[in-house]
Amino acid sequence: MSLLEIEKLTLSIGNLPILEGIDLALEKGEVMGVVGESGSGKSMTALTLMQLLPYGAKTGGRLSFDGKDILHATEAEMLALRGDDIGMVFQEPMTALNPVKTIGEQVAEGIRWHTKASRADAEARAARMLDRVGLPQSKFPLTRYPHQLSGGQRQRVVIAIACALKPKLLVADEPTTALDVVLQKQILDLLRDLVDEQGMGLLLISHDLAVVAEMADRITIMRYGKVIDSGETSAVLKAKAHPYTAQLAEASAHVPVNRRSISPSVLTGNIEPATAAQSSSNLEHSAAAQAAKERLPAKAGSRTKRDATLPPLLTVQSVTRDYAGRRTGLFSREKSFRAVDDVSFTVRSGQSVALVGRSGCGKSTLARMILALDRPSSGSITFDGHRLETSRDADLRDARRNMQVVFQDPYGSFNPRHRVERLIAEPLHLLQTKPSRDERRDMVGKALDQVGLSPADMDKYPHEFSGGQRQRLSIARAIITRPKLIVADEPVSALDVSIRAQVLDLFAELNERLGVAYLFITHDLTVARAITDDVMVMHDGRIVESGETGAILDHPQSDAAKALVAAAPDLNRALAARAGRISAVR
Amino acid sequence: MTGYILNRILIGFATLLLASIVVFGVMEVLPGDPAQIMLGMSGSPEALASLRTQMGLDEPLLWRYLHWAGGLLMGDFGRSYTYSSPVADLIRERLIVSLPLALMSLVLSTIIALPVGIFAAARRGRLPDTLSMGTAQLGIAIPNFWFALLLIYLFAVWLQWLPAGGFPGWSGGIWNGIKSLILPAIALALPQAAILARVTRSALLDVLGEDYIRTARAKGLPRGRVLRRHALRNAMIPVLTILGLQFAFLLAGTIIIENVFYLPGLGRLIFQAITQRDLIVVEGVVMLLVASVIVVNILVDLAYAVVDPRLRESA
Repeated sequence: MSLLEIEKLTLSIGNLPILEGIDLALEKGEVMGVVGESGSGKSMTALTLMQLLPYGAKTGGRLSFDGKDILHATEAEMLALRGDDIGMVFQEPMTALNPVKTIGEQVAEGIRWHTKASRADAEARAARMLDRVGLPQSKFPLTRYPHQLSGGQRQRVVIAIACALKPKLLVADEPTTALDVVLQKQILDLLRDLVDEQGMGLLLISHDLAVVAEMADRITIMRYGKVIDSGETSAVLKAKAHPYTAQLAEASAHVPVNRRSISPSVLTGNIEPATAAQSSSNLEHSAAAQAAKERLPAKAGSRTKRDATLPPLLTVQSVTRDYAGRRTGLFSREKSFRAVDDVSFTVRSGQSVALVGRSGCGKSTLARMILALDRPSSGSITFDGHRLETSRDADLRDARRNMQVVFQDPYGSFNPRHRVERLIAEPLHLLQTKPSRDERRDMVGKALDQVGLSPADMDKYPHEFSGGQRQRLSIARAIITRPKLIVADEPVSALDVSIRAQVLDLFAELNERLGVAYLFITHDLTVARAITDDVMVMHDGRIVESGETGAILDHPQSDAAKALVAAAPDLNRALAARAGRISAVR
Repeated sequence: MTGYILNRILIGFATLLLASIVVFGVMEVLPGDPAQIMLGMSGSPEALASLRTQMGLDEPLLWRYLHWAGGLLMGDFGRSYTYSSPVADLIRERLIVSLPLALMSLVLSTIIALPVGIFAAARRGRLPDTLSMGTAQLGIAIPNFWFALLLIYLFAVWLQWLPAGGFPGWSGGIWNGIKSLILPAIALALPQAAILARVTRSALLDVLGEDYIRTARAKGLPRGRVLRRHALRNAMIPVLTILGLQFAFLLAGTIIIENVFYLPGLGRLIFQAITQRDLIVVEGVVMLLVASVIVVNILVDLAYAVVDPRLRESA
């Protein structure tokens, strides 16, 4: 008997079917990866298992855990299972802990509840558990509050809560999605160690095929509430029997078509693009890629030449930004904090540059200063002949017109009560002459067309678009003033992998067609690899390494770059490592 | 933490100073000469001039402000133009009615509102929620003077349990005083309780949607325990804010209820003072209200810090 057996599980909320016949089995001590994009039902499968479904949910089929029929268990029986035999780790460590309770209270609470241990015993056990997940008492006493910890540390606390009572099954729903790659690797290593140590089963839910390939013994691929493909990890990912599996595999290391011929070095370690494109030719993404290919014959070599002869578009010189320390009393302050420390670089017209680094390294602060939303403490920023750091707001209009921004979250960056026409036309007030109403509609229509949407969409509201389409809208808003530079802050990290591939294609295409330069701010090296010529690695406020993207990512020199590259999940490397492990065992 | 308190108190004093300038300035530009009003329309210009000198009205503006503000600091609010008695005494007489009334209705509204709000949130979308929130809506919609009349009819006229109005003073026994304040306190508390219950419910519902509530449920804690131990404290911040605002209102915004019950409270004092251009009384009462709002806000800020550890450090 398996630890967890799910057969023909169905779930509907209201009249909306969420899961349509899920089959899944997990043995003791085994890691099962569940992969799928948003809306695939992978999180709902986990919540069904915990019986923490929203009000009005109806389930069917069979779900047995350790011989118990979960779907027909009473609430009292579930209370005994949750937190004791089944632990759960969630995606968002910043909000998963109660802000008004100490970490000691929060870890000890479940222990006390299930074991009826005294407060002192429970706290001693909580302390040991926190120590085990890498939060030693000497540095992280039980009396710490969540806000005193970083995201990675908070996720360790959540793991301590979930594993405190040595559960038989640990459910981890996107446990590292909100963390940067280095933290991601640390947390995944911790989860793997705990699984080995405690003999738990681990149900690892993720949208990231590479993460799952590194961790899971077996894998289940879900889409629209159904299981598409399942089996032993490397077998499934090598065979790519289902076109969707192939599409996910391709998308997770996607390189836009029109960049592939430019720099061969970016292709190292990627899947052969031709096979991937063929096997998924019936899918929308690939159709878009094909269209892009037809519209733009790749101009090999022309880019690099153009780059070298052009004067710099953006020059950042010895820029430093200090933040005043927190007030500790009426007249005292903490020491000031240097977010950006003596950074210099240039971006030429049409050049695509990635700024990569771990969270908190200062990359977003730097981006804010380049966008003239914040001023450097010292140093200068020159954009298109304008000095940004000394100009008054009124004088920044020209610069602002030529420099636009795309934000991370395609949901939060639009006013939901405005029509698309108004949203996209927002930057037009920066033009010298105000366009007439017809001109405005014309420009919005053109911008929509350029990002692959229909001009007729301008009368819709943002909620009528999917996440990927919304990110296209934000790109349309960014290009409407014909900017020379687009600053994109993690522009694809909130998107599903297949949509991410489409949006990356769009960025690459616009770079070719409009000659717009990019500054991509990201912690995701696959994004950097996919669409940038050059990369700068930032660490503790300084740029520690920079150069041609392929060269740096293949042969990093600085410790910070090496750490990023080593921690970045890579599908092929994971599969190779897995093959090596299996042959070693044999 | 001490830095936080000190900071709040200093900000409080600064606000008070600013408020005194504004209050004095506004009264200065309002039409109506207090001396003229005291004297009536028949007074001769000579009598008016000598009265103005006597009242200090022809002194320079700055000097008069300093004189007045300095007096406030020493507890001297000046002398009323119409009652010819010290403003401080007038205020004290009224405060012994208004302060207990405000406290009683605040306590009453809190002990009604919190359980109702929690109960409704815990049964969101079901009959108990709909019923209690419907009642709350009604409580906000009913004009309080009409509700007061209803109370008088029911408890004073029909059942004859409580007096219909008036205030006998505290000298005749505390119970007699309290008895005459019960009906007005209920009439005042009803709409406040209705608002507070709705705020409590929506604050709790917000918190119940948070990720850490799911974490607590995943630990195996039952629903009720999660609500009490994880949700309630986090939901208290908006509730405390509203409570602070309500106290300030209850202290002087109760003129209608004071009139319905013939209570000699602060609301009626300030109303009469305004109609009679008794500026010095108006100034005194307003300054007292400003001070009480500041004190309540400091207390609310301290309560925030007790509830939320993040605020304890941001001092």
